[in-house]
Amino acid sequence: MTVTDLPSASGGADEPLLDLLSGFIVELRNAGLPVSLTENLDAMEAVTHIPIEDREAFKYALGATLVKNHSHWRAFEVVFEVYFSLRGPEYEIVDGDPSAPLSDDDDQDPQMPGQGGQQGGGGGGMSALTPEQLAEMLFKALLQGDDAMLRALARQAVMRYAGMEPGRPVGGTYYLYRTLRNLDLDGMLDRLMEATREDAPAELTPLEERLERDEFDDRMDRLKQEVEAEIRRRLVADRGVEAMAKTLRKPLPEDVDFMHASREEMANLRKAIYPLTRKLAVRLARKRRHGRKGPLDFRNTMRHSLSYGGVPAEPKFRFPRPAKPEIMVVADISGSVAAFARFTLHLVYAISSQFSKVRSFVFIDGLDEVTRFFEGVEDIGEAVHRVNTEADVVWVDGHSDYGHAFGVFWEKYGKDVGPKTTVLILGDARNNYHASQSWIVKEIEHRARKVFWLNPEPRAYWDTGDSIVGEYGTWCEGVYEVRNLRQLEAFVEKLV
Amino acid sequence: MTDTDARFADLAGVRSSLADVDYLADDGIAGIVYLADRLGKPILVEGPAGTGKTQLAKSVAEIIDARLIRLQCYEGLDESKALYEWNYKKQLLRIQAEGGDAAWTEVEDDLFSEEFLLTRPLLEAIRATDPVVLLIDEVDRVEVETEALLLEILSEYQVSIPELGTVEATQVPLVFLTSNGTRELSEALKRRCLYLYIDYPDLEREREIVTAKVPGIEPNLADQVARIVRSIRQLDLKKDPSVSETLDWARTLVLLGVDQITAETATETANVLLKYRTDIDKAVKEFADNPEELAGPAA
Repeated sequence: MTVTDLPSASGGADEPLLDLLSGFIVELRNAGLPVSLTENLDAMEAVTHIPIEDREAFKYALGATLVKNHSHWRAFEVVFEVYFSLRGPEYEIVDGDPSAPLSDDDDQDPQMPGQGGQQGGGGGGMSALTPEQLAEMLFKALLQGDDAMLRALARQAVMRYAGMEPGRPVGGTYYLYRTLRNLDLDGMLDRLMEATREDAPAELTPLEERLERDEFDDRMDRLKQEVEAEIRRRLVADRGVEAMAKTLRKPLPEDVDFMHASREEMANLRKAIYPLTRKLAVRLARKRRHGRKGPLDFRNTMRHSLSYGGVPAEPKFRFPRPAKPEIMVVADISGSVAAFARFTLHLVYAISSQFSKVRSFVFIDGLDEVTRFFEGVEDIGEAVHRVNTEADVVWVDGHSDYGHAFGVFWEKYGKDVGPKTTVLILGDARNNYHASQSWIVKEIEHRARKVFWLNPEPRAYWDTGDSIVGEYGTWCEGVYEVRNLRQLEAFVEKLV
Repeated sequence: MTDTDARFADLAGVRSSLADVDYLADDGIAGIVYLADRLGKPILVEGPAGTGKTQLAKSVAEIIDARLIRLQCYEGLDESKALYEWNYKKQLLRIQAEGGDAAWTEVEDDLFSEEFLLTRPLLEAIRATDPVVLLIDEVDRVEVETEALLLEILSEYQVSIPELGTVEATQVPLVFLTSNGTRELSEALKRRCLYLYIDYPDLEREREIVTAKVPGIEPNLADQVARIVRSIRQLDLKKDPSVSETLDWARTLVLLGVDQITAETATETANVLLKYRTDIDKAVKEFADNPEELAGPAA
């Protein structure tokens, strides 16, 4: 990445900024964002027009040139914060001296002595305040929605409570937790609501109350963000930009591993799945309509030739109408792979118009048909939730037993598998050393159009321990590693 | 490609003049419009429906006093609708009028001259000598192959017509492309554009928008509208209420003479705000969650 010998377009910016930018872009690429060379050059040019001092505008300028997918915006923001958080006068660290003893570990002692030597930052002599006074100021700031005050207080709180020590190998979340615990925000919401109730001229209707609560929730979220940002700034100052960016690096939503997603990542995944299904449905419908051209449609051509005086000037083709497959999803929903099954079911049902029929079965060691939960339901998320809570899938002990589940499937529903049926089996094939009964998969394969196995485990773990995916896989048309939304999307597209 | 005659003097100017035409931009929007002008690049605007993507182009056109040329995209859009078309009827007439005694090459040269060219929006924007803003609306509706039509225009600001040669732009027009994100646009297209995502506005901006766009609304009501809409967007809905739906709702309330929204009025008029049965049910349930509510608050 040579940035120093760029065309003259970027000549106006000073070298340090360009260095910073090139580091920034390298980090974006490391985080998985596809930044092309032209986009890089655009960004370099953009920053010559927008001063770095106007931080918001600067951020959006970089975003507009570098991030072309909204789901990547969050990742971009994090990297931006890390790289540019120490830029601009009002964003400097207030106490300027990270080695000052910030970490009075004595939460028991409320009369913490002020740690002199800090000025400015909107909070004048804030360090002299007692924790009670600080809490009181925070309460007022939240009540009035005073953003500047909130920011100053967030800084003060981090300085006081986070107990950050230079060089200590602790993640930002630890400091965040410590700071927030000391601020006692849960109690704060009740107090705020009470104060609002008292101030109101008349009694609040439940609607008003709800709105007030949402408002305070919002303000407290902002406070949390401020605290987080402050902690991040301090960590960056302590550890340096690259190291910090590396620790904060998170997979993009489409690359999040189903099996190891955190709660927050799960929530993001759920949000991502709706637009994904919509896009997929549009794309598939289009593909169906505009697919390859079929053979010449003689009748149609002749009919149209009449308008050219009998000359067949406009050949007409018969469009192939491929039969829509019938889908049977057989999903393991035991703990480790439940999330994966959930997303796949969601996706399959969201595009069910592409299939002539969808039936779904879930199992752990017993097996249950769950098609009924999806019938006539608009809200697929709700149906998937019901599958997880209501389906009858435990036979003996609630540990995966593929062999038995397949046995039940074959016995009860085997006759429904026909030459038009495509069977999808979802699971990690960790059979807890039960009998595999793989002959059933063979029989299904015999009868069905196709059998696919989707495994949410990384390929390297297949056939290790009690995983017997290889044994089942011999009878399947294909076994696919589907660890994230990207792979799932790719598979579904292939399926249709 | 640098634009020599910049349309905007500075960033703050963009913002204030957008506000003058009642388009309340946030930092991001104003900044990117300014940047697009400076870099001479098109803006690709994405975001949920009804957040003012198309309106942005219209407002910018209004500010710089330019003609808005709009290309509405749809499935099946092709060159002859987007770029140019030969007026073959007129060409036919020309041949017949000649009566067969002129030399063929002469007629041919004549046939493919500007006289017989029908300009379509894209070519029109390129050839315009007056200031224009080109709006390519809902670009996600065209097929991936058709997208390629746009590439030459977006990066070089020129159109190649085999019979005529290349038509280059006399000026760099401001170009806006909007997309509702129903499909992923091609990398090639994205690379050529600045990307702007317009999300639902935050509380303050939404309140300002409501106040600016709904005449005769009380500040108190505008505030309540904005807050309720924000709360509704936090529910897990199929389709969140858009800004235009918020405005419709505010207008409805003003027409009904409501000056204080109660749970009752909110649930009765929820169908203006939400367009799916399940969403309305969910919102109504949410608002009537309180047992006291069912008894009906003092209206």
